[in-house]
Amino acid sequence: MPEILNRGDIHAFKNEVLALIGQDASRCIQCGKCSSGCPIAYEMEHLPSQILRFIQLNMRDKALASNTIWLCAVCETCTVRCPESIDIAGIMDALRKICRREGVMPGDKKIAKFNEIFLNSIRGNGRVYELGLVMKYNMATAQPFKDALLGPVMFGKGKLKVAPDKVQDIAPVKAAFSKAKTFIAPKAKE
Amino acid sequence: MTESSQDENIEVFTYSEIENIEGFIGNFDVTIRKKARSVDMAKCTGCGECVQKCPTKVPSEFDMGLGKRKAIYTPFAQAVPNVPVIDRDHCLKFLKDKCGVCQKVCPADAVDYTQKDEMVQRKVGAIIVATGFSLFDWTVYEEYGGGRYKDVITGLHLERMLDTSGPTEGKVIRPSDGREAKQIVFVQCVGSRDEAKGVPYCSRICCMYTAKQTILLKDHIPDSQSYVFYIDIRAAGKNYEEFVKKAQRESGTVYIRGRVSKIYDRGDKLIVQGADTLAGERVEIEADLVVLATAVVPNPDAVKLAQMLNMPYDQYGFYTEAHPKLQPVESVTAGVFLTGSCQFPKDIPDSVAMTGAASVRACAVFSQDELTIEPKIAWVDPEVCSGCFNCMEACPFDAIISEEYQGRYVARVRESVCHGCGNCAATCRTKAVNVKGFTDEEIYAQIEAPFFEEEVEVA
Repeated sequence: MPEILNRGDIHAFKNEVLALIGQDASRCIQCGKCSSGCPIAYEMEHLPSQILRFIQLNMRDKALASNTIWLCAVCETCTVRCPESIDIAGIMDALRKICRREGVMPGDKKIAKFNEIFLNSIRGNGRVYELGLVMKYNMATAQPFKDALLGPVMFGKGKLKVAPDKVQDIAPVKAAFSKAKTFIAPKAKE
Repeated sequence: MTESSQDENIEVFTYSEIENIEGFIGNFDVTIRKKARSVDMAKCTGCGECVQKCPTKVPSEFDMGLGKRKAIYTPFAQAVPNVPVIDRDHCLKFLKDKCGVCQKVCPADAVDYTQKDEMVQRKVGAIIVATGFSLFDWTVYEEYGGGRYKDVITGLHLERMLDTSGPTEGKVIRPSDGREAKQIVFVQCVGSRDEAKGVPYCSRICCMYTAKQTILLKDHIPDSQSYVFYIDIRAAGKNYEEFVKKAQRESGTVYIRGRVSKIYDRGDKLIVQGADTLAGERVEIEADLVVLATAVVPNPDAVKLAQMLNMPYDQYGFYTEAHPKLQPVESVTAGVFLTGSCQFPKDIPDSVAMTGAASVRACAVFSQDELTIEPKIAWVDPEVCSGCFNCMEACPFDAIISEEYQGRYVARVRESVCHGCGNCAATCRTKAVNVKGFTDEEIYAQIEAPFFEEEVEVA
């Protein structure tokens, strides 16, 4: 069944995003420059401009369920090139925050797993421990030999280290993580 | 209008029609039918007493049937002249020979039931055609209800409702039940850009008047929400793009990129079924009121006038300009100029600019004692002409007349009307007609020149 657009306030989701990060998606003129320049767009379920369109048309569930917002690498190519000066990468970030707050998980479980392992690695070491990340991710997703042939090559070039390389002072990292928690804390606890 | 009706150099004929046009540039003879108004224009003071007392009410054409007018009426408040007219198809006096109230109440004794159509002759030097346009009959769209739903209206209906001195005094209501409309859907390109059911061209004015109407709606009804289904937003004009963005950002108008597939009723709502191709999703809207932007089409009798003026028109019935880029306000017929939407759909600034240009072109005709024309025109040798007048039939510009020459009738080309197309020369059996500069001798000389160079004398 097609979506009935005007069952509620059509501007609700747009205003929610606006209140969260001060970015007005209704300014988007749907020129498509963000989508055409996005280096990850080929992997995305919806193009970045479509996500903006979902916000304009109050299609909240569609925007939050799309893997696009999780695949966004925040390279900010879109933000820099947008003719309406919309911070599209910022909007993607805002949508991810809303997802975390409401417990909406990415449709593709691998994405959630990767993010979890990646963040744990940072939390523990202050920076990424690549070998650990790869191994944990491969085990978690039940594909132990994924990219196995790439390992020796990267070793040879010094890109992979055997042991984790910790930052000298982990305290600021911990502080950052606990502050981030206040952003993504479930609504009920606020 | 008032100003021009009071100018001593301007004669305004209202409630009149062109019956016939003869002649050519500088010398047009125009026959005008002044239709029987049934009110003496010289006596009437415009007090409006007759209109107030008239018992017969008729749906008002000006208000798109949303309001009523009397059988004796002026079409709208600012109409010039402020003299009413009796609608003989509805007036009781003319239908049943009853009533006669208007005549009784008229303090100036201006009402005259015996008035007849009057023919007036005028000699004019130039003609500017500004006969405007008509709107596409959208009821061919069965998928939009084909006229069955009262709450599916056109932009012109909404325009009348938004007028604070209009039939609803500025209230935007659903014609079906009179309730105020809150959820309003606009459908663009109804008839325009539709080769199957409508016309292939863009009507050019709808994008902007729709944006304006959504802004006005938000002003009139702050808790209303407008949706516009469109194919493209064509806002090419000074400050036009900014205006559309204003509608989107300040008035919260939601634009949905896709044509509406179907409109049907569910309860007291209209369900508008469309798709947003930008999101790649099908959408539906529960609307109180649906406003269609119907295509601009030529007047139904546009062709009749074109034939009277020997003026070409296109496949739709829009008048054709002499050159699409370099002579946009001239018609092919000398002395006839075009302006406004009788040529092609135009918005107000375009029409105003074009009218200025056409007026000045007409003045240019009068500014000189003699007309400068192209030298390549046809000429009839009266000695050779047999008087068969085949050329007269062949001429698309009506340039050839019959004239007495030494006791017999021969053809003559009116120089100011001829365009030098050569149809007459090709038709002539006696070779009496030639286009100047293109006689057989001249053409043969041109062909021979490269081969017999020494024989050609250079003058």
